[in-house]
Amino acid sequence: MLMLLFFCYCAVVIIGTGLLAVTLRNPVHSVLMVLILFFHMAMLYLSLGAEFLAAVQIIVYAGAILVLYLFVLFLVSLKDEVRLPRFVSSAWLGRLIAGGLAACLLYILPVFTTGARGNWPADRVREITPTRALATEMYSASVLPFEIAGLILLVAVIGGLLLARRDKEER
Amino acid sequence: MIPLSWYMALAAILFSIGIYGFLTRRNIIIMFLSTELMLNGVNLNLVAMSYYLESMRGQVFTFFIITVAAAEAAIGLGIAICLYRNRRTVHVDEVNQLKG
Repeated sequence: MLMLLFFCYCAVVIIGTGLLAVTLRNPVHSVLMVLILFFHMAMLYLSLGAEFLAAVQIIVYAGAILVLYLFVLFLVSLKDEVRLPRFVSSAWLGRLIAGGLAACLLYILPVFTTGARGNWPADRVREITPTRALATEMYSASVLPFEIAGLILLVAVIGGLLLARRDKEER
Repeated sequence: MIPLSWYMALAAILFSIGIYGFLTRRNIIIMFLSTELMLNGVNLNLVAMSYYLESMRGQVFTFFIITVAAAEAAIGLGIAICLYRNRRTVHVDEVNQLKG
């Protein structure tokens, strides 16, 4: 019962702040709404037994990515943003597509059947902590994707430096 | 016990909100933010399935998605700054040089 109440609270806050984030006029308010959304997402992760991912969600998403968004928002001009129209001229088409997609996904949802169960039952995960179970899985079954993820981060660092750099003759 | 389909429905709605923001907003930074919402919807789906199907693979996948999202945010916002530096705008409908 308590879990149900908790899930409903998180779901209502996530949907509400998500809708506010994409409709609010001021982009800074949008980013703050997404911050609230990420915190509630981390709470849902905690209730799903993914404590490491909840911490990563707070540290990486709320702590790093959203701060990056705020920095970029302050770098570009915000003054005229609050009085210009927020939506593109064909916004009704986007609303139609998004609503249709939501309706389709919710309509086909009951047909979904779950596949075979994995090899991490709840008591085994509880025996060694969830974080350790995640690490065991990550460093045994998916070492190569882990290395590729590191490579992607290297690409992001080099790409960010290259994009932010000004050419000498431009100055 | 909350059924798995509730989590999947929430994830689907969150993904659709992301699509809505991406297709309707003019500001390219808010469009990137909508992409983050979509990725979060997928992440919620994967974590919920990982919990209900007693497998860790969903959580591992979510970890990689968060990594890729961080890289995407860094490069995407770098491109947004470049766009603003060159065109003095971050509105996607004003960037129409290639339009016939």
